[in-house]
Amino acid sequence: MPATAVMRETEFERYASAMQPQQAIAALSGVTKRYGDTLALDGMNLALRPGEVVALLGPNGAGKSTAVRLLLGLIAPTSGTARVFGGDPQNPETRLRVGAMLQVARIPETLRVREHLDLFRSYYANPLSVAEIVRIAQLEGIEDKMFSKLSGGQKQRVLFGLALCGDPDLVFLDEPTVGMDIEARRGLWQQIRTLANRGKTVLLTTHYLEEADALAHRIVVINKGKIVSEGTPAEIKSVSAGRKIRCRTRLTVEFLSGLPGVTSVEQSGDDVVVMTPRAEEVVREMLLRDATLSGLEIASPALEDAFLALTTSR
Amino acid sequence: MQMQYRENIMSTPFIAYPQPTTSGIARTVNIFRKETKYEFLKLLRNRSFSLAVIAFPIMFYLLFGVTNRGANSSGIHMARYLLGGYACFGVIGAALFGIGVGLAGERAAGWLEVKRASPMPPMAYLFAKCMGAVSFGLIIVTALISLALTMGGVSLSASEVLRMFGVSVVGSVSFASMGFLLALLVPANAAPGIVNLIYLPMSFVSGLWMPIQYLPHWLQRVAAALPTYHLAQLMLRIFGYADHSSAVSHWLSLAGFTMVMLGVSWLVFNRAQQNA
Repeated sequence: MPATAVMRETEFERYASAMQPQQAIAALSGVTKRYGDTLALDGMNLALRPGEVVALLGPNGAGKSTAVRLLLGLIAPTSGTARVFGGDPQNPETRLRVGAMLQVARIPETLRVREHLDLFRSYYANPLSVAEIVRIAQLEGIEDKMFSKLSGGQKQRVLFGLALCGDPDLVFLDEPTVGMDIEARRGLWQQIRTLANRGKTVLLTTHYLEEADALAHRIVVINKGKIVSEGTPAEIKSVSAGRKIRCRTRLTVEFLSGLPGVTSVEQSGDDVVVMTPRAEEVVREMLLRDATLSGLEIASPALEDAFLALTTSR
Repeated sequence: MQMQYRENIMSTPFIAYPQPTTSGIARTVNIFRKETKYEFLKLLRNRSFSLAVIAFPIMFYLLFGVTNRGANSSGIHMARYLLGGYACFGVIGAALFGIGVGLAGERAAGWLEVKRASPMPPMAYLFAKCMGAVSFGLIIVTALISLALTMGGVSLSASEVLRMFGVSVVGSVSFASMGFLLALLVPANAAPGIVNLIYLPMSFVSGLWMPIQYLPHWLQRVAAALPTYHLAQLMLRIFGYADHSSAVSHWLSLAGFTMVMLGVSWLVFNRAQQNA
């Protein structure tokens, strides 16, 4: 596809100008956001590099939506700066290059999907064609339905489509799959991957580690307004997860804690529970040291548990 | 088909990037136009709004205006007076419910935030809301005039009809400003109730439902402080039913009211932005 290659080329050139001096297409630098006595974000540093899909992962109230709203210029930081394409996120020129899917309870219900798209397309100088939006957001067959007649998943897809109307370079997706069943969720994942394949920069917030893992190049875990961990999905999982070894053994807790790769040891009744990302090595060592070891179980904690451990332990 | 094809070509990224295809002004005009069109369609299809807002003044006019087609007392022809009164009642209702309740709902649902995050010029949104109120005001006034002419035994000159439309537009814009303020202050689920609590007593006291001369004197004095009264006087002046105060004082009162509403709305909005 030479056409795509050409497009990528020019896109990188355009990014090159926007990337000075910090190589980031959008950034929060030392941003603190306070609502009265509540600290929503606490000295947050976040940079989005061109073409990457970043997942902002955290429990409810962690500050994910606040970060997105700051980058959209909907709210102003208490201190620190939010920059998008090197400028103020409130600039109309900036907004022409940004698309946003926010958490919305209800959008005007007595307009048809096609009408919503028509209106949002008019905001941009070079919008995607309706056919293109319908294809990417998978709105085939519901274009002429009133918004009120759509299912939950279809409504989310329309909001996704509205975020794409201006063919934006940077897309914010705030909890895009919240309230969706598993099938609809996977459908939307596919559409988000399509975006990434078109070279878009995407910031997505989610409280599902599984979702971040499936979509993101980079995961930023936040809790209580602070970044607690950051890395590729594999890194995040290895830091957070590890596996759980449970057995009956004569080995002491002190000895087990000293084994390389062991993150925690707990006595649980007659059993001992060892957490480690390097389960095979640890088990080999334990079997070697204690021939009487019995009742061995090795389990991968669910991703969600691992994530919970990550956000509660710090 | 030809158009469709062209549109697809235009939207492929590498052709679309280098030069904007529409000039800035043309695009802005187009945004205002579409925003207005869809605001109107949205209101029209929202039955709980469009039926109520149009049907109530018509029903009241049929009940109290048309049935009193023969009634003349102290120089006032009831069907003619109430045409002016219910025209104002309709215009004000469309503005307060369309904007006050409508915008409060869109704000609470998070839709306003989606709009604000988009490159839509904020003025386009306000303009469309205002035009929605103006359109429904004109629809209501047109319906009432038709009833008055056909069933109410009222005769109107072309100039009177035109002046009624003019006052209707002024009233829509003026009460749109009150709608904006209510939308900013009132929680969405309480909005319809609160709007009614303000709208109905003001309408009664200002003589929109019956000649104001029939009301107790102290109520008439209260009326002079209400914007609804000044709009009603401007409308009734067309028929020669206005009281003795000058037209200029009513215009100024209405203009002052509008400015205060817009000013306070602006303050409230900015305060909310800072605390957001």
